Amino acid sequence: MTRIGATASMLLLAALGCAQEEAATAQPLDTLLQTCAACHGPEGQGVANYPRLAGLGERYLVAQLEAFASGQRENAIMKPQAASLTAAQRQALARHFSGLSVKPSANTGFTNINEAGRQLAQRGRWEQGIPACVQCHGPDGTGIGEDFPALAGQPARYLQDQLEAWRSGKRAGDPMGLMTSIARSLKGEDLAPVAAYFASLPAVTESGHE
Amino acid sequence: MNKIVIIVVTTCAFLAGIAWEAGVFLAGDRPDYRAESEALPPSPVEAAPAVPAVSGPATDPGPPPRSAMPEGPFGDMVRKGERIFTHTRDEASAYVGNDLNCRNCHLDAGRYEKTAPMRAAWPKYPAYRSKNDHVNDFAERLQGCFMYSMNGKAPPRGGEIIQALEAYSYWLAQGTRAGEKLQSKGFPAIADPQQAPAYDRGERVYQDNCAFCHGADGQGQRAADGSIGFPPLWGARSYNWGAGMHHVDKAARFIKAAMPLGKPTLTEQQAWDVALYINSQERPQDPRFEGSVTATANRLHQHGFSQYGKTVNGRVLGENSPPAGTVP
Repeated sequence: MTRIGATASMLLLAALGCAQEEAATAQPLDTLLQTCAACHGPEGQGVANYPRLAGLGERYLVAQLEAFASGQRENAIMKPQAASLTAAQRQALARHFSGLSVKPSANTGFTNINEAGRQLAQRGRWEQGIPACVQCHGPDGTGIGEDFPALAGQPARYLQDQLEAWRSGKRAGDPMGLMTSIARSLKGEDLAPVAAYFASLPAVTESGHE
Repeated sequence: MNKIVIIVVTTCAFLAGIAWEAGVFLAGDRPDYRAESEALPPSPVEAAPAVPAVSGPATDPGPPPRSAMPEGPFGDMVRKGERIFTHTRDEASAYVGNDLNCRNCHLDAGRYEKTAPMRAAWPKYPAYRSKNDHVNDFAERLQGCFMYSMNGKAPPRGGEIIQALEAYSYWLAQGTRAGEKLQSKGFPAIADPQQAPAYDRGERVYQDNCAFCHGADGQGQRAADGSIGFPPLWGARSYNWGAGMHHVDKAARFIKAAMPLGKPTLTEQQAWDVALYINSQERPQDPRFEGSVTATANRLHQHGFSQYGKTVNGRVLGENSPPAGTVP
């Protein structure tokens, strides 16, 4: 009897879980996108210091939503948003933004190229074993594959904040700890120039310069 | 009289030096080099730097800074050489038969001291090489890179590609002496493996540490602009069965020194295992192939570090090789 009761309870819980999942999934993508648009813009191009999502790898975007939800990537705004999403919703949102093309306006419009930042981004600092940023983020920071996000044209403030978060541990869960390791090898004075350099580069989609 | 003064002065200076060293040592007051660089925020890095400091030979100042490249025709040739070195597929496309560039193995455009820097290669030539059983000058050595590592064809001697790469290497090597064996030559030595390198362990190391960039299938990844993001490590678009990197020991030393990029933290055993795994996959045929894998293996691959001609997973490596020298 006890065993039957326990089994029945489990089935009931499972059924409730499914019902919840379905209810959440049933929330239309359009409704969710309105929330995203408040900070990331209606077409995911980014607004002010909030980053562009358009054209980033689908797998990368899913991983970020998961990291926000779990707290591996600390962010007071994104944590409750991401935590309220089902796995299917995360996937759907990631697919949506990944599929959007990058608009030229996403470039924040720098004209000065930051020379110190360019050195570190394009050459690295191999005397200290630090690779060039572009070795993993692609030539001119336009990203590689599903997992290495584009940096080009992202807001300088956002990029600098991320480097600081990697250094302090507020952003973690990077594959093999690569980004944490590299960020911690950088000097504090490196962050602003390298962030400014990538912010100054034109954002492009996979089909090339828009 | 003068000689005595010199001896006395020298001796005093020597003793003073010892006393200073001893004083510093005893006082426990050795200057902290970290004080010069900005302190990091509190993090695990303070206890254990994630990227090990480069400890080069104290006597070699290393290559000149890029900013010191000269103006004029010679400087132009040096710059051309650097460009070929970093964008080999674009700048020497008629001679490159795979998806590699020189800089993929010679990091930092051939400057990084742990990955066979050109500064150390230049003063080693001309030299006898058992690989082709005669004395090679630097130009012929460069031609070999194109035939094997780049799975392509040798650019002509005296042509601009070889001349530019020579100019770049010569410029990087300034201050070295002819015949000098710099400590930084090749890849740093590593200890022999404690256990014989094993394919299965290597596969696990690969999937855990390499696949994220180079792909589970070893075929690398393209960047968003279509250029090579992460190079392929085996298959038709990688180095061929005649390249130095196909030797398990050489690959293990490179991997230990440089991979994963930016955080080379594999153990020596892991480096050996994964080098065996990578070099137990098919790759383009040895350009010296004579129509039979067995004969080619017997003639060229009997040094113990080549998997060519060996049976792995029921297949003889070299029997299913894509062709050598596949320049488009």
